[in-house]
Amino acid sequence: MDLNFRYELLAPEIAVAVTAVLVMFADAFRNELNLKRNLLPQISLLGLAVALVFSLMLGNVSDDFARLVQIDEFTTFFRVLFIAVTLILIIGSHEYIDRHVNHIGEFYGLLLFSTVGAMLMAGARDLITAYLAIEVLSFSLYVAVSLSKNDPRSGEAALKYVLLGGVASAMLLYGLSFIYGVTGSTQYSEISAALSAGNVDFETALILGLVLVIAGLGFKASAVPFHMWTPDAYEGAPIPITAYLSATSKAATFALFLRWFAGPLLPAIDHWQWILALLSVITMVVGNLVALQQHNIKRLLAYSSIGQVGFMLMCITAISEQTGSALLLHLVGYLITNLAIFMAIIAFYNRTGKEEINQFKGLAQTNPYLALVITSGLFSLAGMPLLAGFVTKFILFQSVVSAGYLWLVIVALVASTVSLYYYLQVIKQMYLYQPEDDGNGSNHRWNLTVTGYLSTGILFIGVVWVGVYATPFYEFADKAIAPLFA
Amino acid sequence: MTEPDALALLAVFLIPLGTALLLMVVPSTERSLLIGITALSGFAMFIISVMVFLQYDFEGAQFQGVRSWTYMENVGLLGKDGIQLKVGIDGIAAAMVLLTGIVILPGTWVSWKIQDRMKDFFILLYILTAGVFGTFVMLDMFVWFLFYEMALLPMYLLIGVWGSTRKEYGAMKLMIMLLAGSILIFTAIFAVYAEAGLGTFDLTRLYGVQFDEDFQKIYFPMIAIGCGILAALFPFHSWSPDGHASAPTAVSMLHAGVLMKLGAFGIIRLGFQMLPEGGEFWAPGLMVLGITAALYGAISALRQTDLKLMTGFSSVSHMGYVMVGLGTLNVIGWSGAVLQMFAHGIMTALFFLLIGGMYDQAHNRDIPNFSGMARQMPVWTVFFVIAGLASLGLPGMSGFVAELHIFIGAFRAYPLVGGLAVLTAAITATYLLRMFSQAFFGEFNERWEHLRDITFAEKCGATVLAGTILLMGLWPSPWVNRISTTIAETIPLVTL
Repeated sequence: MDLNFRYELLAPEIAVAVTAVLVMFADAFRNELNLKRNLLPQISLLGLAVALVFSLMLGNVSDDFARLVQIDEFTTFFRVLFIAVTLILIIGSHEYIDRHVNHIGEFYGLLLFSTVGAMLMAGARDLITAYLAIEVLSFSLYVAVSLSKNDPRSGEAALKYVLLGGVASAMLLYGLSFIYGVTGSTQYSEISAALSAGNVDFETALILGLVLVIAGLGFKASAVPFHMWTPDAYEGAPIPITAYLSATSKAATFALFLRWFAGPLLPAIDHWQWILALLSVITMVVGNLVALQQHNIKRLLAYSSIGQVGFMLMCITAISEQTGSALLLHLVGYLITNLAIFMAIIAFYNRTGKEEINQFKGLAQTNPYLALVITSGLFSLAGMPLLAGFVTKFILFQSVVSAGYLWLVIVALVASTVSLYYYLQVIKQMYLYQPEDDGNGSNHRWNLTVTGYLSTGILFIGVVWVGVYATPFYEFADKAIAPLFA
Repeated sequence: MTEPDALALLAVFLIPLGTALLLMVVPSTERSLLIGITALSGFAMFIISVMVFLQYDFEGAQFQGVRSWTYMENVGLLGKDGIQLKVGIDGIAAAMVLLTGIVILPGTWVSWKIQDRMKDFFILLYILTAGVFGTFVMLDMFVWFLFYEMALLPMYLLIGVWGSTRKEYGAMKLMIMLLAGSILIFTAIFAVYAEAGLGTFDLTRLYGVQFDEDFQKIYFPMIAIGCGILAALFPFHSWSPDGHASAPTAVSMLHAGVLMKLGAFGIIRLGFQMLPEGGEFWAPGLMVLGITAALYGAISALRQTDLKLMTGFSSVSHMGYVMVGLGTLNVIGWSGAVLQMFAHGIMTALFFLLIGGMYDQAHNRDIPNFSGMARQMPVWTVFFVIAGLASLGLPGMSGFVAELHIFIGAFRAYPLVGGLAVLTAAITATYLLRMFSQAFFGEFNERWEHLRDITFAEKCGATVLAGTILLMGLWPSPWVNRISTTIAETIPLVTL
């Protein structure tokens, strides 16, 4: 068998990984070499930019690396997405990281390593590679969650995350071993061939494998009932990591969902479709209902993101090329929106050190720009027009209805309306109340730093751009999904 | 006659949207600049909508000024002409555009009184206006719904920040109920798109699809109730009096004057025009709800002492007439329904303008607290009486034209309903005349000696609105021609 070891196909991953190592070395020898602290984010940004260029250069390639990693439009889509997320994240949060995070060298290193893991999850075409990619992403995040300075919640969150994450990984691996046992291969293409040939004798084993795989992935995507770690991890983690968990970590899991359930596992659709339908209903209902009771903005966003996962799972349930492209479009809109909110919250926290919802009182007067960014972000998550959420959610729901799952969408619509209620609670604090004076001038107007304006500004424009003219994004998503159904 | 230009239809919602964007960069301390910009913008909207209405040729094509720009096509689930920015109006939409243009002009003028965060107020108000205009001129279901939602979105903050009496409660109740309605509309839109299988949201093409009868019977009520919540359809009207009572003046004007009509317009556009058989099946139901709302609203208005709540319930009652008119399924009843949408929009805007002008000084709206106000505020009283007489359907006022059509239509379809509708008009006269005698006449209450008559801006605004009431009442043919030709020729469901 001829294996194709063209390493240039992995140039983006290699570039990011090398950058990660460089950053950690630069941190280790910082005192000896007299390096400034600001150099670390700068190196990271440079490395990511290089990787972004590499990904775009590989945009038209359709090839595989040693039958382990597939390079096609789908991989390119997620490479660009993940690199862009990490770029924006570092721009928007380097001040926060400087002040509130232990071991900043490791922090940037882990962030970059996890990006590599996420990119490989989207590209993998072999179960083992996919599993390793998941673990690269997860292990980096287990550690990164614990790096918050002076916050006891951080360690607790990390412990909870690592313990539950370990169980989930074990389930996933066990499930994969069943699938391997039934089909005799870890290659996606061969699994697919074996399942569609219909000569699978061990149906029980297959179902058991599927259930375990869905449970494992459900944990990573924080689908109910595997979501227990999410609010605690979100609350305890440094805010940039919370943002990262809600963005890249989720999107990567859905990349894997798409690769697996539209590819190797598609022939077994009758066995898993109802499980995912059920999972999606519970997830959107529980996520949105529990969010109603939250007082901490990070916990609120944790549950809101769980609700969003429910919407996305509908697409996997009703999998087709149309729902797939709708899901990719929605992921773009969701990522931009969520990051916009988190970047704004980081800027807010940098200034005030607060993160309870009722501490956002009067923000519309002390910093109208930031209030506008948060408001448009929350309205976008709720699916309000002229913002990203409206278009992407509309297309997503329509695609699921067109695939014959009207009842799922009705549940989603109700859940989505409930979500507006708790988003309005935040907006209410910002606009309806006067700022509180705690004696330290907290009711005076203030401005963001340059990088704060830059990151929130880019994302705000993104939210409006997708909301007003989503066509290029949809076309990109449509192109990206095509190889999965070719 | 010429057709209205597509660019004018585009301008009518791009102007408020552009103004909102422009205002964002104007510093909030520059009050006179803000006033200048909004004055220009409000006037431009008014002129263009009058132009559009006059240019609409009732002997011409069904949709005029039609033009489309591709937004998304041949991607994902969308086929050719998937989603487009397609503008075009028929006689009904022309009247609604005119209504919005007439209401936003005084709405802008009276809002200059606002001291607190005036800039933000206008940004939100104009986003709302853009949403309303957009809904009236769009012929693509996706974009139509986008603008529809856009008109609802700013309401929460407009009421929550600038409102009065129980504003948080009113704002949240309104938002939740309207969005619950959106769920139903969403569902129907998704189902229609999937069922039609054309890969396009183009309404004119969807009108050509013959949907299965059972499908129509299921989805018509979804649209009717979803949009009906916004039109204060009984029993989903309860947000409306509270919302109106707590909203600031200009928002009440636009909301009761225009936004509620958006709901009725949605029932026509998406409901009757797209799912005619469903509409035919459910029309009696609509009529029952309509007459119930008319009676219930009028009886509730009898019991109110708060001026705004009274007007709010009166709106519920008048919107009930609209539903009765739609339920008749004959041209005269339908014409009455659309005329009523217009007439009620103008007079209720005048009501809220006047109530606002008084409340800003007195900080009190309880009818029993006032008496003999005609002595202290003569101009205010005159305008109030005009609005009131239009509301109770005095001949020579716009309300008469509309209600006469509805009554005749209702008598033809269901004489009993016609009788009840006339009874409602009598109750309306009772609560209005009683209010007049309590508040305007009788012995003057010395407590209100400090009150001045309404300001110059309010007088101008009231003149525009009262002028429209009289014009339509005395010379209704421009409205009737446009509306009834559209209905008779383009809505096959409706018979003579």
